Amino acid sequence: MPSSFINPTRRGFLAGAAVFGAGSMLGVRVASAAVDWKRFAGTTLEVNLVKSPRSETLIKYLSEFEELTGIKVNAEATPEQQQRQKTTIELSSGKPSFDVVHMSYHVQKRQFEKGGWLADISGFLKDPSLTDPTLVESDFAEAGMTFAKDSDGVLRSLPFSVDYWIVYWNKALFEKKGLSFPTTFEEMAVAAEALTDPATNTYGFVARGLKNANTPVWTTLLLGYGSSPLGPDGKLRTNSEEAVEAAKLYQRLMTKAAPPGVSGFNWAEAQSAFLQGKIGMWLDGVGFAPPIENPEKSRVVGQVGYGVMPKGPKAQAAATTGDGLGVVAASQKKEAAYLFCQWAISHEMGARLLQAGAGVPFRQSVLEDQKVREGVKMPAAWLDAVASSAKVSQLALPIIIPVTEFRDIYGVGLTNMIGGADPSAELKNATAQFEPVLARSEG
Amino acid sequence: MASVSMETTAAVKAKATQGSKPGRFAPNYWPFVIPALVVVAAVIVFPWVFTLWMSVNSWTLGQAQVFAGLDNYVRLASDLRFWESLWHTLLYTTLSVVAPLVLGTLAALIFDAQFPLRGILRGIFVMPMMATPVAIALVWTMMFHPQLGVLNYLLSYIGVGPQEWIYNQASVIPSLVLVETWQWTPLVMLIVLGGLAAVPREPYESAEIDGANVWQKFRYLTLPMIAPFLMIAVIIRSIDAVKSFDIIYAMTQGGPGTASETVNIYLYNTAFSYYDIGYGSAMAVVFFILIVALSFILLMVKQRANWSNGEAH
Repeated sequence: MPSSFINPTRRGFLAGAAVFGAGSMLGVRVASAAVDWKRFAGTTLEVNLVKSPRSETLIKYLSEFEELTGIKVNAEATPEQQQRQKTTIELSSGKPSFDVVHMSYHVQKRQFEKGGWLADISGFLKDPSLTDPTLVESDFAEAGMTFAKDSDGVLRSLPFSVDYWIVYWNKALFEKKGLSFPTTFEEMAVAAEALTDPATNTYGFVARGLKNANTPVWTTLLLGYGSSPLGPDGKLRTNSEEAVEAAKLYQRLMTKAAPPGVSGFNWAEAQSAFLQGKIGMWLDGVGFAPPIENPEKSRVVGQVGYGVMPKGPKAQAAATTGDGLGVVAASQKKEAAYLFCQWAISHEMGARLLQAGAGVPFRQSVLEDQKVREGVKMPAAWLDAVASSAKVSQLALPIIIPVTEFRDIYGVGLTNMIGGADPSAELKNATAQFEPVLARSEG
Repeated sequence: MASVSMETTAAVKAKATQGSKPGRFAPNYWPFVIPALVVVAAVIVFPWVFTLWMSVNSWTLGQAQVFAGLDNYVRLASDLRFWESLWHTLLYTTLSVVAPLVLGTLAALIFDAQFPLRGILRGIFVMPMMATPVAIALVWTMMFHPQLGVLNYLLSYIGVGPQEWIYNQASVIPSLVLVETWQWTPLVMLIVLGGLAAVPREPYESAEIDGANVWQKFRYLTLPMIAPFLMIAVIIRSIDAVKSFDIIYAMTQGGPGTASETVNIYLYNTAFSYYDIGYGSAMAVVFFILIVALSFILLMVKQRANWSNGEAH
């Protein structure tokens, strides 16, 4: 006799109960029964993902979604740069080959909105036959909803994973110098300088110096000065007093306390240097705990502290970037595609993401779930830094189309500053270069 | 059999002569030409006409395409970043041609001599040429790391302080050229070695009788005789270096700042990172014209190398 949910066999019932029990133990919930998951059985979805530990987690558990819905999923994961090019070219052609798209909000949000490439999913969120009752807007970190909605407040995607900028600090080096973790920008600069000793190849601070990659470091500092690159009126304020002060701090940290050659460092070089145990502090995204705590890759296992960004002169802010999943406007299978997005950001998938250290879900209910927290393999301090950063989260980059040009143009100026150039002059020059680019993009 | 063959050859020659006269192609020849014409039109003519068309349009992906006339070219003329990238391309190309040429010639002279294990050593020497550029780039990036790289570690043994290699704006292009040289010196060596194999022994014997030293024999005998081969090496290396992209992009992405940004990198960023297709196309057109001009100069120089005079035979 075939087993079904309504008429289970004894073996099926026991197996189901065991899975439910195991899921509860791990802090994983099963999918809601209120949603008609089988509604689109037989459909085939094309999913375009960015290659990362997050997409690998989705692909790993894809068969569960297919079993749950009867929807066949063809998922393609390509490296970030190539994925951005592919999606932009295909979406602008009007006939993309995919129904679901994975996007980096801080780079693609405005471009996708202006192109009208994402479907309005507000109605789907309100439909109980399509949406799990636990999936509500208030469950997402504020930055997530800011990212997910367009300028008219229409929901265009579901926030998937967030990246807060935190400070990784080497507790052993701090202890040796009798220092404690800084609480302000000034303390951070002083500590970085105190930890620096070129004779022993020890440096107090490292961050990205390479053009483009370095711009979020400066904007992160800028948030602490109570400002951001773009004002509420959409005008650049990148040569304001606050912007110059933030650039001066960047220059001070990168010239007086960072290792030689830092102007060519992306996150990979910064990570390599930090893992050797000769760097006091490393400012970057929250996703680097797994390599830091991996004894095969790191010499600082167990001796790293995870700190929330110290307070600036005017504010404390954790610069935030993130990625989400959207349903393509040109798709003929929007509801099925929405089911996939919902499954991907579900409580259970969020738990898996967090517990594997593959990413941090935007959903607060996942971060606050004690059972989920118990399963997290990373140190408790890391999880605390994540939770505390969420409270002071602010967008790291302006929501504009030419984000890459913004990062490139200001990034060149920042690299020049590491070489000794005047921050004020560099920002003035970069602003003069970027103003027409911004005007063209919004024109 | 021989007479039949000669008759056939004569017939083919006669037909070819007839066919080469203008307006004498028989209509039934054309179907054979059409496939080639279609391929040329599809892969060469169409992309170029389309690139030219895009270069006179303002078109950013995701936004409307607007005819812009020569605006993109005017913008290019005042784009300091473009001129800077052009200078980087010129510098990178020159160094990437000269260094492998000198070292490759030297290596060829060494490997042309007889010594034990010559075959094995020559095999090892050509290995870098076979490696994948991106893999090479990743390995060298780690070797160049100022704190963790093996190069600074080795330098410390000879009392030289740590260098910043690709992580410094001043040393990034020479460092990239070092990688390019490491990979492509074997190619020059193989080309020159081919030339040396064709060099006759008699002039050297005469020179020795006349009391010529090693340098004089190289300067007045070897060099003129291998000149056509060196020219081939220059042309191949120039074409390769001017379009170099993979190693630079994988190692520095044009940085620090824009210190190693060549036209290829800037063009790629403009078209595929900024999605400014119109401006990127204008850049491609200008760069193409410059490459054609460079090729023309090289061909003129090659003609002067007197390949046809038979000096190398």
